[in-house]
Amino acid sequence: MIWNQKYESMDRQNLEELQVKRLQETINRLIENVPFYQQKLSALDVQAEDIKSISDLSKLPFTTKEDLRDNYPYGLFATPLKEIVRIHSSSGTTGQPTVVGYTQDDIEIWTELMARTMSCGGVSKGDIVQNAFGYGLFTGGLGIHYGAEKVGASVIPISGGNTKRQIRLMEDFGSTALMCTPSYALYIAEVAAEMGFDIKNSKLEYGIFGAEPWSDNMRREIEELLGITAIDIYGLSEIIGPGVASECEVQDGLHIFEDHFIPEIIDPETGENLGYGTKGELVFTTITKTGLPILRYRTKDISVLHQEKCSCGRTSVRMERISGRVDDMLIIRGVNVFPSQIESILLDISETKPHYQLVVEREDSLDQLEVQVEISEAIFSDEVRRLESLERKIHGEIESVLGISVNVKLVEPHTIPRSEGKAQRVVDKREL
Amino acid sequence: MKVKQISIFLENKSGRLADVTETLGSAEINIRALSIADTSDFGILRLIVDQPDKALAILKEEGFTVNETEVVAVGVDDTPGGLAKALAVLKEEEINIEYMYAFIGRASGDALVVFRVQEIERANQVLKERDFNLLSAEEVYEL
Repeated sequence: MIWNQKYESMDRQNLEELQVKRLQETINRLIENVPFYQQKLSALDVQAEDIKSISDLSKLPFTTKEDLRDNYPYGLFATPLKEIVRIHSSSGTTGQPTVVGYTQDDIEIWTELMARTMSCGGVSKGDIVQNAFGYGLFTGGLGIHYGAEKVGASVIPISGGNTKRQIRLMEDFGSTALMCTPSYALYIAEVAAEMGFDIKNSKLEYGIFGAEPWSDNMRREIEELLGITAIDIYGLSEIIGPGVASECEVQDGLHIFEDHFIPEIIDPETGENLGYGTKGELVFTTITKTGLPILRYRTKDISVLHQEKCSCGRTSVRMERISGRVDDMLIIRGVNVFPSQIESILLDISETKPHYQLVVEREDSLDQLEVQVEISEAIFSDEVRRLESLERKIHGEIESVLGISVNVKLVEPHTIPRSEGKAQRVVDKREL
Repeated sequence: MKVKQISIFLENKSGRLADVTETLGSAEINIRALSIADTSDFGILRLIVDQPDKALAILKEEGFTVNETEVVAVGVDDTPGGLAKALAVLKEEEINIEYMYAFIGRASGDALVVFRVQEIERANQVLKERDFNLLSAEEVYEL
């Protein structure tokens, strides 16, 4: 079912006219209210009237995560703080957190987009939605919550974790839809089997999953084990949270809600727009948000855009499932992990820059990160307890900084493969 | 007396021990005593060899992570209770043993034991006072 027939099935010409008009309004809003953009746009000598078609988008400056950090916390907000009704934030594990603010209008837009997402996934009035995305500063939980309520479903705001309780409530309350990260869905299936709950033949019918990379194979596995139809959703807090794009029942790419966000695929090196059908970095411009409008935000996610019309009837551009990252960022159990963070922890501990490698595997549907550290004379000792305490120290530091538990393994020098003299930092063995 | 011991970091992978011994063998270095401490993912091979400096250089050259530490080599009666006597001395003096291992051969009828302790000078002294046979580095290397 299509939630908003008018906007989701708009013909391309009308949509582009709408996008250009909204983009111009956004530019004017930024020039008036956000010194950061005012300076950037004036340096490029660009004004709203210079944007006459979507192809003029490339005249606009990019925005990066660093820009948000540099303007922490409220520097990029385009409204006075009293107009902001909600503040979300990233966890800040990579340094300064990024803060995003929503006006009442933004919340309404977000709710509308999440309602579209629910409809994409088959959820409607009468469904019982078990929302196992985390509630809190993370946008996942509340984003889903508002959308599910908007379509009239009954929401169980159970948040993440406490898997046995998830399964008991699922059985007792008769949940018909589950929303969480895909790896957590698999974990729920496993625990349900251990508890003797036949999840496959339960009332559960739909699953809406996102916030971490997964694959079609994993989808089939989830669908098979849980007996549901599973769709992939995409979003990021800097743009709005979940609700940027969603798969429909056709399960062939994610429909981008283009009346609110303009997508581009660029070459991450040159910044050049690569157009449709070519793999590159995904970039979004928000055109309706008022609290925190963002021009050409570089997501660092790698995808491909497709323009062909989908058989579901929606006319929007579809993005392929995220196939990787421009940087080496890993998502481990829902936590963003950058190799540079591990590197600085190792540097603090060993006082020399060690060679290391991060190996990610998925065991029993949970991600396991192994940090392999090449031993050097500086950190070697003839006593086992010293080396073990070094391993424990690395483990403890990583856990306190990143909030995840990793396996630390000391390895012999020169055993981590190097290419062009540079070690390969990340080996992802997850078969998603 | 202080004896040089070579320690080598080994990942738990098949063939690594063979690599070390082959390296030493082809350099004509003889192993006098050895022990391995292991955990689930790595091990530390500790060696007493006849030419410690040469062994250290060659192993480094071959890319092994090596360090050199000093240990005490003591001769104890090769009869029941022989080792216990030496340990009793260290216990009495409150000298902690990090680890210890035994030689394969004997010296003038004594069984040989290697101790790694933090207080190496004091360990030497107290054992000497109790008339234990402390071996000099040369004696050990030339066994």
